[in-house]
Amino acid sequence: MPTKNRCAGSTTTAFILAFFLIVFTLVTVYLFVSKTWWFPETITPIGHEIDAQTRRTLWLTGIVFVLSQLGLAWVVWRYRNRGERAHYSHGNNTLEVLWTLATALAFIGLGVLAQFTWAKIHLAEPEPDAVVIEVLGEQFAWNFRYPGPDGKFGRTRTELINSGAGNPFGIDRSDPAAADDIIVPILNIPVNRPIELRLRSKDVIHSFFVRELRLKQDAVPGLEIPLRFVAERTGDFELVCTELCGMGHQRMRAPFSVKTAAEYEQWLRDELALLQSNP
Amino acid sequence: MSTPSHVAAHVHAPPQGFLRKYIFSTDHKVIGIQYYLLALVAVFVGLVLSLLMRWKLAWPNDPVPWFGDGPMLPEQYLALVTMHGTIMVFFVLTTAPQSGFGNYFLPIQIGAADMAFPVINMLSFWTTFVSFLVMVAAFFVAGGAPISGWTGYAPLSAVGEIAGPGLGLGQTLWIVSIAIFCAASLMGALNFIATTIDLRARGLSLMRMPLTVWAWFITAILALLAFGVLLAAGLLLLLDRVAGTSFFVPGGLVFTDKPVPHQGGSPLLWQHLFWFFGHPEVYIAILPSMGMASHLLSTFSRKPIFGYRAMVYAMGAIGFLGFCVWGHHMFASGMSPYSAMAFSVLTMSIGVPSAIKTFNWIGTLWGGQIRFTTAMLFAIGFVSLFVTGGLSGLFLAQPPVDQPLHDTYFVVAHFHLIMGVAAIFGIFGATYYWFPKMFGRFLNEGLGKLHFWITFAGVYLIFVPMHLMGFFGQPRRYAEGTAVQFLSAMQGPQQFITVAALVTGAAQLIFLFNFLWSLKWGRKAEAINPWRSTSLEWTIPSPPPHDNFGGRQPVVYHGPYEYSVPGAPEDFIPQDAPPRTAPATGD
Repeated sequence: MPTKNRCAGSTTTAFILAFFLIVFTLVTVYLFVSKTWWFPETITPIGHEIDAQTRRTLWLTGIVFVLSQLGLAWVVWRYRNRGERAHYSHGNNTLEVLWTLATALAFIGLGVLAQFTWAKIHLAEPEPDAVVIEVLGEQFAWNFRYPGPDGKFGRTRTELINSGAGNPFGIDRSDPAAADDIIVPILNIPVNRPIELRLRSKDVIHSFFVRELRLKQDAVPGLEIPLRFVAERTGDFELVCTELCGMGHQRMRAPFSVKTAAEYEQWLRDELALLQSNP
Repeated sequence: MSTPSHVAAHVHAPPQGFLRKYIFSTDHKVIGIQYYLLALVAVFVGLVLSLLMRWKLAWPNDPVPWFGDGPMLPEQYLALVTMHGTIMVFFVLTTAPQSGFGNYFLPIQIGAADMAFPVINMLSFWTTFVSFLVMVAAFFVAGGAPISGWTGYAPLSAVGEIAGPGLGLGQTLWIVSIAIFCAASLMGALNFIATTIDLRARGLSLMRMPLTVWAWFITAILALLAFGVLLAAGLLLLLDRVAGTSFFVPGGLVFTDKPVPHQGGSPLLWQHLFWFFGHPEVYIAILPSMGMASHLLSTFSRKPIFGYRAMVYAMGAIGFLGFCVWGHHMFASGMSPYSAMAFSVLTMSIGVPSAIKTFNWIGTLWGGQIRFTTAMLFAIGFVSLFVTGGLSGLFLAQPPVDQPLHDTYFVVAHFHLIMGVAAIFGIFGATYYWFPKMFGRFLNEGLGKLHFWITFAGVYLIFVPMHLMGFFGQPRRYAEGTAVQFLSAMQGPQQFITVAALVTGAAQLIFLFNFLWSLKWGRKAEAINPWRSTSLEWTIPSPPPHDNFGGRQPVVYHGPYEYSVPGAPEDFIPQDAPPRTAPATGD
């Protein structure tokens, strides 16, 4: 390769490449700092903790990102071919040890920190007075079952499942505990009370995701998976499916409302009256 | 010259006749080119599928080219999702960097005349080819291609057409194709491992192997351990579909009020088996590109690689840890929260060897005299993409942070940058670098640079916004955002990304043209070693003769990256240059 001929072109290319890397880095950092598109504000205490850990991760990765990309831009510009002989070096063991320890400490430290938040999501003791609601995914709808005034879910049988006739759970209404079970296609919960959702699926895997809760949990056929949280603010939100479940995946959604205690109780009474007038 | 007997077995006369020479060849170079061309066909198929998907996402209600007068149906979109992912992962990212370049250059870089098992080598290519035909056939059967994604999660993939279109014969062909591909990859992996261990030239100790050889060697070990598991999982899934077994389907399932006759299976079992393969597969795709980028960065900065041993150990650590982290794909799956903790911390650890590699690449450039060839530009682009795509992994590796981001566009951006685009930049860099050796002509550097700039800017314009869309909550694998209210805000970014993708996709035609044109009319590679490189492939003619070294037994005296050695007459010392102070004897 004729060395001399390439020197002139080197300067232009090095400049453009370094310039590109700098612009790319600044624009990317701007997009993340200004939160161009971002989750709406969370409505759960655990959501604030998840956001805090996300912020810590943004800081750490942001610093490494900027230093690495700008470092790359710098070496590309500074060490472009100037027709000299390159520096002969096989490396530096002190540096290797230093950056190995630094990244190990930072990455693993951050990872260990994350587990405390994770434990709060999934390892906390169930609250005895939690509002328990069954969530059943099917192609391509969400169904919810409330136990009614008796606080007990009635018996279900697979052979009774009939979504067309309004019985996606296969509820056996001959069971006394099943008589007051309320089945609805919308999820309403009371504010400031522990909630326990029990996720199930009658066909394939679906996934429960509400952006404001910051929580995501698959509903797996054959399993019943609890999801526990408290909503601290009322409002109307959207529940979507986030596990590919078939051709209607993108339209598998349900309204999700957090109501005041009074509104919630009234809604339950209305649904019960509807059930009893039209059993 | 004495010839060790194990080498003699592999010295063979060039084959005569078109079929033996070019089709059913046992020459590793021909097989390498066959793999590369298969990947080239596959990558353009995969690319077109992705552009059709992008079109649908940007303008959900408009007709899409080749999809009739109406808008594309959701099931057609999901078939594209499945086939794009499957073709890109298996027939491009696994095929080009490892089976293509590895086949061609691993034997030459270690001074061998061929692979250890040339017939198995031929068989593994043709098995892969059959696998590709079976995969593509899924498009043309009744019901079309499967809609269950490249991950084929059960029960969606296990219960047949009752779960949706494409899940009948299309899904069965998909599984059969994957199983055939696994068999082919196992044969290839064995061959790479045996070749690296047994056929190295005299003097080529392990710590003198080019980092490309290390990468192919470690990748082959990963492939041997990973594809066996996927093969078993695939066969079990096939049995669930055709023989009525229930490995992955639990009892009591009801599809549109019809029960299915299965009981006792576990959907999570499929995920464990799939990701036990699937995560190492990410490294199978990216490790060869790490090796090739290292090779190019050293060559074109005219500097020894910074921290050669650290690079080797880091690749080894990535390979080992790659088998300990599959559960991080399953944080939302219902797997035990305690398992998630272990998988999470192990995954964060894998960031350490990745960071070591990044710092060493920058350290290699530090103090260099950088030649901005097209190959070098792609290698530098690789480093930038590896950093960007790698750091987003730290979010997904932490279960609580993963909760809102899991299965959103953030994940799509992450894995496309790290395992898709970064790996492909390694392949592009290697193509511009090795093309003259393989075909005796150069690729056009001007077209190459144009290709680089549009592609480099294009991929960032496509994938950086996707991170933000993930942070907005845009779920992946949605054919359209029309049903979910909050997604109406994403229509603008969807259109922006589609325009960027169409431009970037079109720029790949520059590469295709350059490739085909240069085969016949490219500038001739007169010199044996035009890049002034050190590794053994640059000591033999371009293209190399049938047995590579013409019956000569190369002897290696130097490490692979002896550039700019003080006092040396040239700014590089070929690996086989006899030492000046102590001339080689007895050969």
